[in-house]
Amino acid sequence: MDTFSLAFFVLAFLIVASAIFVVSSKNIFHSAIFLILALSGVAGLFVMLHAYFLAAAQVLIYVGAISVLMIFAVMLTSRIADKEIRHTNEQVGIGLLISGGLLAVILYSLYNTPFTISDQPIAEGAGMTLGRLLLTKFVLPFEVVSVLLLAALIGAIIIARRDTKTGDSVPPRPIPLPKSLQQAKGESES
Amino acid sequence: MVSDFAAVAVFLIVGVGFVLFTLLLSKIFRPSDPNPIKQSTYECGEEPFGPSWIQFNVRFYIFALMFVIFDVEAIFLFPWAIAYQSLGLFAFVEMLIFISILLFGLAYAWKKGLLKWY
Amino acid sequence: MLELGGIVEAVGEMISSVMGSLGFGSGMITLMQLLTAALAVISFAAVLTLFLVWMERKVSARFQMRVGPYRVGWQGTIQTVADAVKLLQKEDITPVNVDRAIYFWAPVVTFVAAVAVYVTMPFGEGLIVRDLNIGILYIIAITTFTVIGLLMAGWSSNNKYSLLGGFRSAAQVVSYEVPLAIAILGVVMLTETLSMLEIVHQQSKFYQWHVWRQPLGFIVFWIAGTAEVNRTPFDLPEADSELVAGFVTEYSGMKFAMFFLAEFVNMFTLSAVATTLYFGGWNGPLLPSWAWFMIKAMAGVFVLMWFRWTYPRLRVDQLMGFAWKFLLPLAFLNLILTGLGIHFF
Repeated sequence: MDTFSLAFFVLAFLIVASAIFVVSSKNIFHSAIFLILALSGVAGLFVMLHAYFLAAAQVLIYVGAISVLMIFAVMLTSRIADKEIRHTNEQVGIGLLISGGLLAVILYSLYNTPFTISDQPIAEGAGMTLGRLLLTKFVLPFEVVSVLLLAALIGAIIIARRDTKTGDSVPPRPIPLPKSLQQAKGESES
Repeated sequence: MVSDFAAVAVFLIVGVGFVLFTLLLSKIFRPSDPNPIKQSTYECGEEPFGPSWIQFNVRFYIFALMFVIFDVEAIFLFPWAIAYQSLGLFAFVEMLIFISILLFGLAYAWKKGLLKWY
Repeated sequence: MLELGGIVEAVGEMISSVMGSLGFGSGMITLMQLLTAALAVISFAAVLTLFLVWMERKVSARFQMRVGPYRVGWQGTIQTVADAVKLLQKEDITPVNVDRAIYFWAPVVTFVAAVAVYVTMPFGEGLIVRDLNIGILYIIAITTFTVIGLLMAGWSSNNKYSLLGGFRSAAQVVSYEVPLAIAILGVVMLTETLSMLEIVHQQSKFYQWHVWRQPLGFIVFWIAGTAEVNRTPFDLPEADSELVAGFVTEYSGMKFAMFFLAEFVNMFTLSAVATTLYFGGWNGPLLPSWAWFMIKAMAGVFVLMWFRWTYPRLRVDQLMGFAWKFLLPLAFLNLILTGLGIHFF
């Protein structure tokens, strides 16, 4: 096995293993960390496909932004940080059936697709070609992206405004007094 | 060129190795004498009060969301910036449209008081 | 003369000839060369931190009309070595309530993210490990792992100060990353490349420095960068008057040292990136290239230290407002001005 395949298998193992941890971990913060690991592994795969720009974008957007967003979202939900959170799936049977079926379909199509290997050399110039194409051939999608981002931004504003009007819409959980203080309180009442 | 990124992999591995080695090295020299008081959570000398993993304010989430949007935008602008000089005035106009749509979003967020960390 | 590039090349040659005669393949030789380079860079980072800590203390002292470290070695030069040895012997206190696995890996992630930047940093002629073609974008990308380290440390410590410090820090770093990236775009427009080496080559003359054509971009870059590395006036996450020590509150011994190391390495990184992007990198007359690079980078570090004793700390609402309402529009303005400038001048 050459170094290239070895690197691929190491990365693939890393991605799959951390993906399994993401769904099986009892602690949601651990899930988030393993998701970051999986996403970084995908960036590694992009590098191996000579898509350096995409790899950097993957790290910047998914590792740097999306995962931070998710971790903040974890902190936003009350109680989710508790260790005793229920995490069992009650539909294991049907879930297995569907994902197994999906896997079968994917494997079937993978094995039956005649992949053509291009003899074109890989474009190594990071970004230049991409930039040209974005501004000439794909100029409409490029501009539409900004509209999409604007829609996302306005959506975020609408969601947030509901919360900011009344201050915090969700009342903070009362903090239980420590045992020593509870005792003192009881004594003073009696 | 892929081989260039082998350097990144080597750096990551050596970096992790360096930290683990240093921690191991200090394990030889350092004392270890734990006791319950020493290992309690620090809270300025008081007894820790309530859970630390509390619910956070929504504003953290809002700023993260804004960051995601503008980060995606910045990434889109990178290929544009590289190819800018070879594309002429047309590229400039296109980018102006792209940026102004997002600046409109920023202005809207500003007006709605979202950029305030109260 | 005095160029280190030749020595580095000679070491590489030596490794390749020794290993070649022992019958290793070219892959193994490259691996060995990379390992040597990585070890060299990490040792450099460690020694640099020792120096920077000493410098920080000396500079602070001078600003306050004190002498600073004085006893250990000439002018206290080996004071930080003594401190490092002390830290090595310190008990590693792990509070019982921490999330152990994440608590352990947080300093590792932070340190590795700080060091991995140097893969593509042009220290001097021939002194670059690999000239990645996504150069500057790689640096922006790899430093985002620092945020993950902060969040891991803040969360896992199970301490209110750590959590608040870590999360505030993350919010700050991500907010300032946007103007930083957009300020860098101005340079990319001029250079038409992301490669760090190419950017340095394009500024071989004094008047070609990008700072002359990107003054606004540089100011935005520098302010946002100062916030990225959590230096005063943006050091809220570690504001000791309100958050004890922020995300490092529960860390001690060598784990604490790793955060400390990463912080100083990041400070140097900011200065080194500014040198490369705006101040001609290692280009300069008479002195060897690496010396010019270090002089420029150290001048940047000195400015950061100067900031610390000049500006008071911002409030958290001012901090976030400053990033989004002032720096970001300014960065966009710079982008538009650069675009106009390229076409009409």
